[in-house]
Amino acid sequence: MTIQNIISQLGEGMLKTTILFACTLVIALPLGLVVAFGRMSKLSLFSKNFKPIRLLTQIYISVMRGTPLMLQIMVVYFGPYYLFGVKINSSYQIYAAIIAFSINYAAYFAEIYRGGIESMPTGQYEAAKILGFTKTQTFFRIIFPQVIKRILPSVTNEVITLVKDTSLAFVIAYAEMFTIAKRIAAKETSMIPFVAAGIFYYVFNLIVALVMNKLEKNMSYYK
Amino acid sequence: MKMLEAKDIKKSFGDNEVLKNISFEVNKGDVLAIIGPSGSGKSTLLRSITQLETIDSGEINICGDNLVKTDSFGNAVYAGKKERAAIARHLGLVFQNFNLFPHFSVMRNITEAQRKVLGRSKDSSEEIARKLLKKMGLENKENAYPCELSGGQQQRVSIARALALSPEILLFDEPTSALDPELTVEILKVIRELAAEKMTMIVVTHEMLFAESVADRVIFMDGGYIIENGTPEEVFRKSNNERTKAFLGKLTGERSGR
Ligand SMILES: Nc1ncnc2c1ncn2[C@@H]1O[C@H](COP(=O)(O)OP(=O)(O)OP(=O)(O)O)[C@@H](O)[C@H]1O
Ligand SMILES: [Mg+2]
Repeated sequence: MTIQNIISQLGEGMLKTTILFACTLVIALPLGLVVAFGRMSKLSLFSKNFKPIRLLTQIYISVMRGTPLMLQIMVVYFGPYYLFGVKINSSYQIYAAIIAFSINYAAYFAEIYRGGIESMPTGQYEAAKILGFTKTQTFFRIIFPQVIKRILPSVTNEVITLVKDTSLAFVIAYAEMFTIAKRIAAKETSMIPFVAAGIFYYVFNLIVALVMNKLEKNMSYYK
Repeated sequence: MKMLEAKDIKKSFGDNEVLKNISFEVNKGDVLAIIGPSGSGKSTLLRSITQLETIDSGEINICGDNLVKTDSFGNAVYAGKKERAAIARHLGLVFQNFNLFPHFSVMRNITEAQRKVLGRSKDSSEEIARKLLKKMGLENKENAYPCELSGGQQQRVSIARALALSPEILLFDEPTSALDPELTVEILKVIRELAAEKMTMIVVTHEMLFAESVADRVIFMDGGYIIENGTPEEVFRKSNNERTKAFLGKLTGERSGR
């Protein structure tokens, strides 16, 4: 294998890792908010204490957080075949990975959102109500912008974990950075691909940290 | 002209009956001061009028519109959603701890509801905001954020925010209790000016001298009841009620003890 060949293969791995990372964030961040709404839903059926939507999201969150992500990836990937006999081909890998990561991270983000929303003082809601804002206006104009500021540090932690977690997609042979580095290392009996992979994840996280830091700074104009 | 009419308001939190048979009226241009010991139900009363709480029974009419009445079974029946929203538009409320929106500039705190609730244009809402800021002595603060202001300045912004929606009645729940004495003076001055302009106001306050000098009427509440409802002279000077005298006596005692 030539050096160029190694680099181009690693480059492909980086691209796939980045795709998985970006798609997961784009889906899981909004999905997490929807899940958080479900988790805080006040809708009750039959009796005051039976809140079906809340119960369902609670179960979903606890399963997502209580079982290994690796297992979830495998279930999403192999599930269609084992359960319904649907033939899976390798082009499904990327979708399976994105779906599994998104529903897993949405659960974590949901809990972060919920914590942020519940930490908002009731006075903000009351002031908004007195001024005549609708519930939707109140949430998106008054509450949510402040929630974002409050939860940014926890979101940063989660995003950095996500960068590292993308390597778990190897279980379904999704050729992300880590899978490729492992393959080349075995073939060439060389440490260099691992070192390259390590540097890649490190630099990736450095960029994430810088971006999040910038966001936090941008929001530091108020307390 | 009657701006507010409350009849036999009752309100409980669980077993705790907080408002028991509250009835009173407020006429246009009047300043009503509500005084009373902690826990007597003053905030709950203001919150019931402004729809932050719902009452259990009784009747409330605001600017001639019925907000809530009581059916023959003794249960409160509220007006429809649209009517309630329209009635709420007649009222402004100033909170003890300001509740400004910290992520908005002073200007946006005052313009946001004008634009999104009343549908005013950016220009006209900013013009209104600037006039009010000038009146509050804050003309150079429109780009500041609430965290950069003193408590007294924040409270003046919150008064401007309420006034920007042109309420018929402005309600204050202990507007100076979170402030140092010297900042208290700023706020009382603003309320005094509004009173001179014949703004209809209901002010819950612990500032007895202020209540005595500014209010047209004073209500003394204790244990969920209105014990006194009269002119400042009647309540502060001529009351023969033991509870009133005890409350006022304790306060003057505190004051001289300082
Ligand atoms: N949301 C609530 N849930 C339960 N009890 C409440 C609630 N709000 C007020 N109370 C109770 O109602 C009573 C009256 O409270 P309220 O706040 O109206 O008194 P207040 O006269 O405004 O007192 P203060 O001078 O301390 O502000 C108190 O016993 C209080 O504990
Ligand atoms: Mg109170």
